[in-house]
Amino acid sequence: MPMTMTQKILAAHAGLESVAAGQLIEVPVDMVLANDVTAPVSIVEFEKAGMKSVFDKDKISLVMDHFTPNKDIKAAEQCKKVREFACSMCISNYYDVGEMGVEHALLPEKGLVAPGELVIGADSHTCTYGALGAFSTGMGSTDIAAAMATGRTWLKVPSALKFVLKGKPQGWVSGKDIILHIIGMIGVDGALYKSMEFFGDGIAHLSIDDRFTIANMAIEAGAKNGIFPVDDVTLSYVEGRANRPFTSYEADDDAVYDEVYEINLSALKPTVAFPHLPSNTREVEGAGHVEIDQVVIGSCTNGRLSDLRIAAEIMKGRRVKKGVRVLIIPATQQIYLDAMREGLLDIFINAGAAVSTPTCGPCLGGHMGILARGERAVATTNRNFVGRMGHPESEVYLASPAVAAASAIKGYIAAPDTL
Amino acid sequence: MKATGTVFKYGDNVDTDVIIPARYLNTTDHAELASHCMEDIDKNFSKSVKPGDIIVGGRNFGCGSSREHAPIAIKASGISCVIAKSFARIFYRNAINTGLAIVECESAAEAIQNGDLVSVDFDTGKIENLTRGQTYDASPFPPFIQNIINSGGLFNYIKSRQE
Repeated sequence: MPMTMTQKILAAHAGLESVAAGQLIEVPVDMVLANDVTAPVSIVEFEKAGMKSVFDKDKISLVMDHFTPNKDIKAAEQCKKVREFACSMCISNYYDVGEMGVEHALLPEKGLVAPGELVIGADSHTCTYGALGAFSTGMGSTDIAAAMATGRTWLKVPSALKFVLKGKPQGWVSGKDIILHIIGMIGVDGALYKSMEFFGDGIAHLSIDDRFTIANMAIEAGAKNGIFPVDDVTLSYVEGRANRPFTSYEADDDAVYDEVYEINLSALKPTVAFPHLPSNTREVEGAGHVEIDQVVIGSCTNGRLSDLRIAAEIMKGRRVKKGVRVLIIPATQQIYLDAMREGLLDIFINAGAAVSTPTCGPCLGGHMGILARGERAVATTNRNFVGRMGHPESEVYLASPAVAAASAIKGYIAAPDTL
Repeated sequence: MKATGTVFKYGDNVDTDVIIPARYLNTTDHAELASHCMEDIDKNFSKSVKPGDIIVGGRNFGCGSSREHAPIAIKASGISCVIAKSFARIFYRNAINTGLAIVECESAAEAIQNGDLVSVDFDTGKIENLTRGQTYDASPFPPFIQNIINSGGLFNYIKSRQE
């Protein structure tokens, strides 16, 4: 029976020759992830069930990234709980302030995910690793607690949507514009329960960072996972990071897809998602005059080195518009260091932006950049739901690093080529 | 098993950020989470909800983050069941795992109005609107899923089977 790329990974893990959409399977996991918000709930369940040990101390990652550096006493208590658990279980991939980064930038960077692997995480953006040709999906804390104990989980095999990316993105168009365009086209539940599988000659023009951004937001279309084929770009990223054997899977030529969408990347324009859904997209050109109070460049969606390079290219020699607060958050310590060595941080600081240690902080309205009533932000993050970045009457506009940087200079939502 | 209660009705794409805003995720205390449940779209929810009440949503209920605090907050508010046209997949798993009853039923989610008195029979999947005298049919969960929900979640279920 022909299979999609996702189905091949699932079949191989289940020890089955083939699987079909709708089939329930039990699989071993290659990595289990939780953070300082979701791990405490997992640990409560883990201990309630009387579990004494984890299935493999090297296959669990605990990343203290959401409310860190601890935003208040309660957050500090939660981190302490996870820290003590990690210590007692000798978890090798425990990352705390000083080493930690935003989890979905950190795990690939540390080589903790490789092509063909199966990763589950107590964070919805765990689907990011599909950029590397891995199957990865978000689950809740209870499922993650069970996987930490047993090393296994159950899955319903998804059907899939096929996205054929053609041509080369022009100008400032990046992975963020591509995924916002797709979500605008199919809606926030357009891929509900399904895989989003990416194909086409256009992929060769997408950097690994662009692919991370696209796979990262598959969940915003309701998808179970988003996945890219493995090519030279993937292999050169993984080389020297994941030092273990791995398998690259390919979809069968005759695999069945629920829908096939062709997207001409060369025709796409810089895109922004208006409040309060990621599917509420418009081209920046037609966005109208939307004045802003804050810009956030960072997160698991767009806090990587190439994102910062784009923002710096636009902000170099310019000043942030008076009255706009700009927060730049490198997603990991390594990205921070690289950005510093390249002189990007000088550019940001000279432009009047604040540069922060890695944190998820403002993306989910946790800390480090909360909006007041009526305030508007352009953010390179992934969600613009009601109250996402602060007051329920504040607004978040999702955009690429290029649009966010241009908007920071102008003081309103602006296309980079209007500077 | 049956649940009967007054309905709080919401629209499509009720996301986990409005079910329980992230600013309150610095605790795992169920009662505290419940005190902020739905507050960004319905300030009166936590004050007016009574044990047994029912939430009715549209499409893609529970979309967004994987936070299990969302079904926990709803359940700790006293809600006996969530009826929706469809559920986001992570929320769907989390609801079962934390023992929150959920029912997918397009016709019920369409017809039921805010404030209606509704009864749900989990064994048959039959939903009765006592205010309007209507009934709607949903597919009941298989017994093992019902048992997970009745035990109060996955780990309680596993524990109860070990004893």
